[in-house]
Amino acid sequence: MGQAMTTPSLETRDLTIRFGGHAAVNNVSCAFNPGELTVIVGPNGAGKTTYFNLISGQLTPTAGSVLKSGKDISSLSPSARAKAGLGRAFQLTNLFPRLSVLENIRLAVQARRGFGPRLFARAASFTELGDRAMEHLKAARLEHVAALPAAALPHGDQRKLEVAMLLAMEPDIFMFDEPTAGMSVDEAPVILELIEAIKADSGKTVLLVEHKMDVVRALADRIVVLHNGELVADGAPEEVIALPIVREIYLGIPAEDAA
Amino acid sequence: MTDTAIPSNPPADRARTGRMIVYGVAGLIGLALMFAPFLFPDVRSGQVAARICIFIVLAASYDLLIGYTGIVSFAHTMFFGLGAYGVAMALKGMGATWGAIALGGSAGVLAAIVLAVLIGVLSLRVKAIFFAMVTLAAASVMAVLASQLSDFTGGEDGIVYSAPKLFSPATKLLTTDDGKVAKLLGVSMNGKIAAYYFVFLSCLALFYVLNRIVRSPLGTVLEAIRENDLRAEAIGYRVVAYRTSVFVIAAVIAALAGAVWAVWLRYTGPETTFSFAIMIDILLMVVIGGMGTMVGAVIGVVIMNLAQFYLKDLMGAAAEATSAVPVLPQLLDPDRWLLWLGLLFILLVYFFPAGIAGTLMKKGSH
Repeated sequence: MGQAMTTPSLETRDLTIRFGGHAAVNNVSCAFNPGELTVIVGPNGAGKTTYFNLISGQLTPTAGSVLKSGKDISSLSPSARAKAGLGRAFQLTNLFPRLSVLENIRLAVQARRGFGPRLFARAASFTELGDRAMEHLKAARLEHVAALPAAALPHGDQRKLEVAMLLAMEPDIFMFDEPTAGMSVDEAPVILELIEAIKADSGKTVLLVEHKMDVVRALADRIVVLHNGELVADGAPEEVIALPIVREIYLGIPAEDAA
Repeated sequence: MTDTAIPSNPPADRARTGRMIVYGVAGLIGLALMFAPFLFPDVRSGQVAARICIFIVLAASYDLLIGYTGIVSFAHTMFFGLGAYGVAMALKGMGATWGAIALGGSAGVLAAIVLAVLIGVLSLRVKAIFFAMVTLAAASVMAVLASQLSDFTGGEDGIVYSAPKLFSPATKLLTTDDGKVAKLLGVSMNGKIAAYYFVFLSCLALFYVLNRIVRSPLGTVLEAIRENDLRAEAIGYRVVAYRTSVFVIAAVIAALAGAVWAVWLRYTGPETTFSFAIMIDILLMVVIGGMGTMVGAVIGVVIMNLAQFYLKDLMGAAAEATSAVPVLPQLLDPDRWLLWLGLLFILLVYFFPAGIAGTLMKKGSH
């Protein structure tokens, strides 16, 4: 690829976490480059979400390290990593249920941009924050429910809000954990559109955990396969999908049949 | 705006009506407190009005913790007491001067800040239940200290002192031509009026600050931490730092309320400040009013105080009126007021599960 000289925007080195004797993520070393969308696949329990949690700081690794643009961020708190530009959306919808949809987004905007010394001014008077939040709402087609509490939204809209919050954080590394899970066929395209827009914005790094093969084929620049906590394949989509081991563990087709 | 696009939305309409009722009632309470010396000129009513002002600030600052941020603390009266004892000891030691109030108040606030930072930094990382236990322990230690260090605090008897001359009943704020205290609407313009308005305006200012905080971007972050602290951390907020800051802010406001309370009462003792019964009262006031609403504190405090001070009178009158009926007078005997207070709470919680303001404004319902 000729990218050997550039520093990867995100890298994990020998990343390992053990729960008791079980290694949920085992010695995963992998580098992600700017402008690249990597889809992480693997069967349930492969350690994909755990891998994400280690990168974004919700879990502390037993061994190994996480580097962002060459800097070791392993000891930073999740909030410090978020401030450093590492954005994460969650698999299970993880919102502020009783706050309004707009407030949910605005929180993400102001986390990134700050609200400065105007401690006592009314939140609504921060028009710039509000305008930015409204833009993100519109991009996710949620402007008509801006005033509703997040908990009142149907599941599909909650997923959209989840993604919109990630966009509002304006990170340079985006991590999506099954963004279209549980969404209806006609809702999913909005999410995919949003992800494609990030991809078009060059220089961003996207990590995506996804099961749906059509989504994977449509978006992936690269596929990484995790299995039992270990990295078992890594490469261009067509290559990886064709690998016998991938067909076996991921599609459930025994290697000899696939051959 | 977008909400005009929605033709009619019954729950939203009901919430709007509820909000109007709640803010209307709170506004009336505010007006009543503003003119309390003229509306209720007797001594006891003046005492109740001042107590209501102080407790609105105390309950509202507690709401900032428990209702907005989801922090359960039992140390709120400890901070209240620090402010009160600071002023009391200074007024006793230095005489009834404004300097003593400023110095004692500052010392109390400073002590509250130091303790709040210590408790916050050391224990806001742990689970909510452990934090609650730590605050309970700290508050108990402080209450024991106040009663044991009797050389400084007067022990169980507390401290009696005078307030600055301006607040003395002998002070004439307005005089008639012949040098006597002038009357306005039948009320003598003496130092008691000055003392009441000192309490009222201080509390109004503190309550205003609290309302500004919860409507600011900081307020939204606090609510986000209450709703989902892990997600708040994940989008870039340092949850422990925010929790500690809000704990300190609430402590400072409680200490200031305590300082004002000490000036008004001209007596400070464990029973008026550190008592655990006051802590429970504050908790009940916030729950009855509605957690996470601010305005709920106003309603909860008024209901609790009126019940505590006037339920007995009301029952006495009721027992008198029903003396001909067999069982009723015994049931309505003023000595049984706690029974009726308990029943009142059960009914309130049953019909207003999110507190009065919370339920009427549909805040906090799912």
